[in-house]
Amino acid sequence: MNELQFLTWVRGPGLDIAVGIFLLGVLWRLFEIYSLGRKKDLSAPRSTSGASGLHTVFRRSIPPPGMLKRSPVSYIGGYIFHIGLFVVVFLFAPHILLIKNLTGLSWPGLPSQFIDLAAVVTMAAMVVVLVDRINKPVKRFLSTFEDWFTWAVTFLPVLTGWLAVQHLLLPYTLMLALHILSVQILLVVLPFTKLFHAFTLFGSRWYNGKVNGHKGVPV
Amino acid sequence: MKGPLIDTLVRQGVSRRTFMKYCATLASMMALPPSAGLAMAEAMASARRPSVIWLPFQECTGCTESITRSHSPTLEGMIFDVISLDYQETLMAAAGFQAEEARHQAMKENAGKYLLIVDGSIPLGQDGVFSCTAGRTNLETLKEAAAGAAAIVAMGSCASFGGIPRANPNPTGAVSVSDIIKDKPIVNIPGCPPIPTVMTGVLAHYLTFGKLPELDGKGRPKAFYGETIHDRCYRRPFYDQGKFAKTFDDEGARQGWCLFELGCKGPVTYNACATVKWNGGTSWPVESGHGCLGCSEPDFWDAGGFYKALSMPADPLKIAAAAAVVGAAVGVGVSFANRAKKASAKSAHETTTLADLEK
Repeated sequence: MNELQFLTWVRGPGLDIAVGIFLLGVLWRLFEIYSLGRKKDLSAPRSTSGASGLHTVFRRSIPPPGMLKRSPVSYIGGYIFHIGLFVVVFLFAPHILLIKNLTGLSWPGLPSQFIDLAAVVTMAAMVVVLVDRINKPVKRFLSTFEDWFTWAVTFLPVLTGWLAVQHLLLPYTLMLALHILSVQILLVVLPFTKLFHAFTLFGSRWYNGKVNGHKGVPV
Repeated sequence: MKGPLIDTLVRQGVSRRTFMKYCATLASMMALPPSAGLAMAEAMASARRPSVIWLPFQECTGCTESITRSHSPTLEGMIFDVISLDYQETLMAAAGFQAEEARHQAMKENAGKYLLIVDGSIPLGQDGVFSCTAGRTNLETLKEAAAGAAAIVAMGSCASFGGIPRANPNPTGAVSVSDIIKDKPIVNIPGCPPIPTVMTGVLAHYLTFGKLPELDGKGRPKAFYGETIHDRCYRRPFYDQGKFAKTFDDEGARQGWCLFELGCKGPVTYNACATVKWNGGTSWPVESGHGCLGCSEPDFWDAGGFYKALSMPADPLKIAAAAAVVGAAVGVGVSFANRAKKASAKSAHETTTLADLEK
């Protein structure tokens, strides 16, 4: 199999398999999680201002008082790489073209130089966050294989995409194929790891906010 | 035509200055040092016409058309004229037994020294009966001719990589020259067809240095196949700005914007079209408004369609919808199992009373 055949495979059967597993996993887990149900809270609801599902969805995006100072790397680094990933994934013209082809939806992209900068900043933030996780004894103690693994499968698509655009390390064709393959690995593992927070994040925040809001506690 | 090449050129009215300019241009195009131009001129001027045997197999004669028609009044054509082309079915006057006779004679007289050019793929299916010349299969002819060749030039994508005949489902079992011949130096000059300058450049290099130029991993001369079309494309700034033609006749197309979304394979295609251009530097596919097909890359014929952008799926997704349904069904099934588990736990629950604890 030469480079172009490899690229054609990841653009064809590989993509089909990866998207298939991704959809299967996402729907499976969403159905499973949202059908779990909870016992009805029979107590009289207390109302406190700021205690509701919607409040928590937004409040959890902001560091609680004092936390930004205690772990600035987690918050700032986390913010930077999440926004960076959004920019790189959803505002790069070839990516938009793929989404348009798969879903029919499209929107304007950003110039590739800007995407390039965003990719470098994203990778830098991710490396800083990783180093912090290794250096801080508590974080390291709390980390499992899944944490290292999910970091790697998130980092690799950014790295290979950037290397492909920059024509570094390997010929473009091969690097592009590896980039698409790394995204497919991400798609396949996303529904079955903690990366599934991409789908459950706001739902779980809403849930926590609502349960605690019933008790009159803004969380 | 006998004697050194320079004499022939003089007879044809080519001045020394023109010839030197040609050699210098060729040397710079191949990224050789300036001294190479002189060496090339000296070597080519004094060269006895080397015997060249051109074997056409499963091909469309496009490669021959390219090398002959596109530059008939230029020096490149003359250089090619003055090579002793002892066998070329399309161009030679001889036919039938005479033609075969000429080939056998050239092979015998120049054994171990002649240059073998092949265009077209070699069919291996059904014992090779899909393509025969003078009652012999291409495979036999190639093996026989390759045995006495100093080097082999695989001209065009068919000879280099199998080409269109090799496209799925490859009914003739077509393969490339390098799939068969393993013990001779082979240079691939892919393209459908290859650029005339690239063909003559490689021949000039061979005449000058007596060996083939530096090759890349796919056996192509690095001098011409070292960079992608995309990287040397004059439309590249539009790609970087995100300005793309959406159809072949929209405003973007008229403004000369990037053809990536119309399926241009420039980013994955290594060739010299963007710099050398075609028809004496007149134009090239992207300049004329059509995306690159990727014709100098192996397997370009089965790479997911000429008009699909590289970032688009090569095939429509087949299992995605079914997978979504299965996923939803599994999710619903698991949720029922969970509820059943919860219900059975609830019914199996035994209440503990104060009396139980005091026992």
